[in-house]
Amino acid sequence: MKTLADLKKIREKAQEEMKLRGGNTRIKIVVGMGTSGIAMGAREVMKTFLEEIANRNLTDVLVTQTGEKGLSSLEPVVDIIEEGKPKVTYGNMTPEKVKKVVVEHIVNGRIVSDYVVATGN
Amino acid sequence: MKFYRSHILVSINETSLAAGVQEFITALRNELAKNDLAEEINILETGPLGFFGRGICLTVYPENINYEGVKIEDIPELVQEHFLKGRPVKRLMVGVTEKFSPKFNYENRIVLRNSGIIDPENIDDYIGAGGYVALEKALTNMQPNDIIAEVKKSGLKGRGGAAFPAGLKWSFTSALDVPQKYVVVNADEGEPGTFKDRLIMEGDPHQLLEGIILCARAVGASKAYIYIRGEYKLCIARLEKAIKQAYDYGILGKNIFDSGFDLDIELKIGAGAYVCGEETALIESLEGNRGTPRWKPPFPGVEGLWKAPTIVNNVETLANVPFIIAKGADEFLQYGTPDCPGTKVYTILGDVAYPGLCEVDMGTTLRTIINDYAGGMKKGFRFKAALVGGAAGVILPDRLLDVKMDFTSLNQYSAVLGSGAILVLNEHQSIVDLLWSILRFFRHESCGKCSPCKNGTQQLYQLISKIRKGNGTMEDVNLMLLIAETMQQTSFCALGQSPIMAVRSAIENFTDEFIEITKK
Repeated sequence: MKTLADLKKIREKAQEEMKLRGGNTRIKIVVGMGTSGIAMGAREVMKTFLEEIANRNLTDVLVTQTGEKGLSSLEPVVDIIEEGKPKVTYGNMTPEKVKKVVVEHIVNGRIVSDYVVATGN
Repeated sequence: MKFYRSHILVSINETSLAAGVQEFITALRNELAKNDLAEEINILETGPLGFFGRGICLTVYPENINYEGVKIEDIPELVQEHFLKGRPVKRLMVGVTEKFSPKFNYENRIVLRNSGIIDPENIDDYIGAGGYVALEKALTNMQPNDIIAEVKKSGLKGRGGAAFPAGLKWSFTSALDVPQKYVVVNADEGEPGTFKDRLIMEGDPHQLLEGIILCARAVGASKAYIYIRGEYKLCIARLEKAIKQAYDYGILGKNIFDSGFDLDIELKIGAGAYVCGEETALIESLEGNRGTPRWKPPFPGVEGLWKAPTIVNNVETLANVPFIIAKGADEFLQYGTPDCPGTKVYTILGDVAYPGLCEVDMGTTLRTIINDYAGGMKKGFRFKAALVGGAAGVILPDRLLDVKMDFTSLNQYSAVLGSGAILVLNEHQSIVDLLWSILRFFRHESCGKCSPCKNGTQQLYQLISKIRKGNGTMEDVNLMLLIAETMQQTSFCALGQSPIMAVRSAIENFTDEFIEITKK
């Protein structure tokens, strides 16, 4: 048995979950998943992002993948795209670096300049 | 909360079930697990996705990419290319392999707005999509009469074919002071070529439940039945699940959300008689009798199920109600035409490029529906005629392609919108054959209660069979018109009154074809 107040809570929670499916999110993380990206450990990078996001219960973040972008020597490459801000590209990513990027950049909005390989479009 | 980076929405409906979607999902899960993606990518089983696709259809979020006709053999490629590397497989995408890209009409939807987006088997999804907001509003801020006033203001007309204003129907029953009233949902969708109610129930069963609850609250009913077609196995399973979830949440049962309002909903499985789509025959069948129509008046709204006042509404009608109550009648009036507000769900079949369903504003022309939403005619074919409204419908020729599709406009051409089925024929199809098939159907489905229908449907079938074989004369053709007209005037219920529409429209719009075949 639920009350109307319970219903409201369920609605809010479900809305958050559904927002993720549709891609209406504040921040988008794009992991390069070309052949060389995967060879350099992009799968591990992707997984770490997902774990960190789940651990922190972030509901406004989207993780998706893309193909080669021509920065083979810098793989795994990750783009962070935020509405109204220039795109930030991180290179040579590792699971440890991912954890730092999540804490600093995704949560607190401070770009981790040590790992940045490019910015802008 | 589990975080998935991507969601694969798989459309589960009768078509995809036939194409083996269950095995497909198992294979897809295995392949995802093999590639260590099971924790990242979620598979959601949902209703119709809202595009005209064949076989197994998928929508992949967040990219919002639509696939159609996917087979088990395609899974490794899909997983390797798309789900692992993020490169959509173009050859399986909708509208990429063919030159035409169909419109995905998500913006103008009321009844199907959640279909293909939410998981129909999860009540939380429906709630998250704004479900049961109308219920909350109706129980806390509105009196039963306010609900009726809002529905009346919205101008909602019955979507089962007769187009009777829903609010007016409700007000008759609501005014009666009796201890027991009922709501009966007509989900016995028997009109040939119509399967809109199936898709509404498959895609969003809770929306129908909410509509029923609002209706019951408005008229003061404490018990509702969904009379559902027996072949709709998936709908039945989903509705049963939805009803159970609603009871668990206290949305159904005694004293709903402490409002003092009780409601129970029960499913009744139909046995496949066309006449049971007629409301009084449906009530007879619900009571456990043979499905034959009753005399009207008294109408069911006054004396229906077990002699108690009973509202009988079509699935689509009730599925519109949560939107009207939650968003207000004014919002609803933004859709459609002033005479017929709202949208209509159509099922399009026959020689079009993308057979399937669409929900469009009332008053959209047949040409737009065929060209924009069904991809136009199949390659290499020309439009000849469309049967609109199923067997109890009319055959429209190409000169009527620009007629607005709503109850009022079609009436001017003695046509009806009926149940919303559109069967498109190409130039090689014979109208005589089509009429033969319709009349054979009526002969089979006549319940035998009254003579005009029992004998008339038989006579019509014999005459059209004779004409079809090339043994008929124009006198036979005229005799068919006479019989059908007599049936229209004297038959007991709508079944016997209907064949005139197909007979007259076929003979009047395609006279040449009848002259040609009777000349031999």
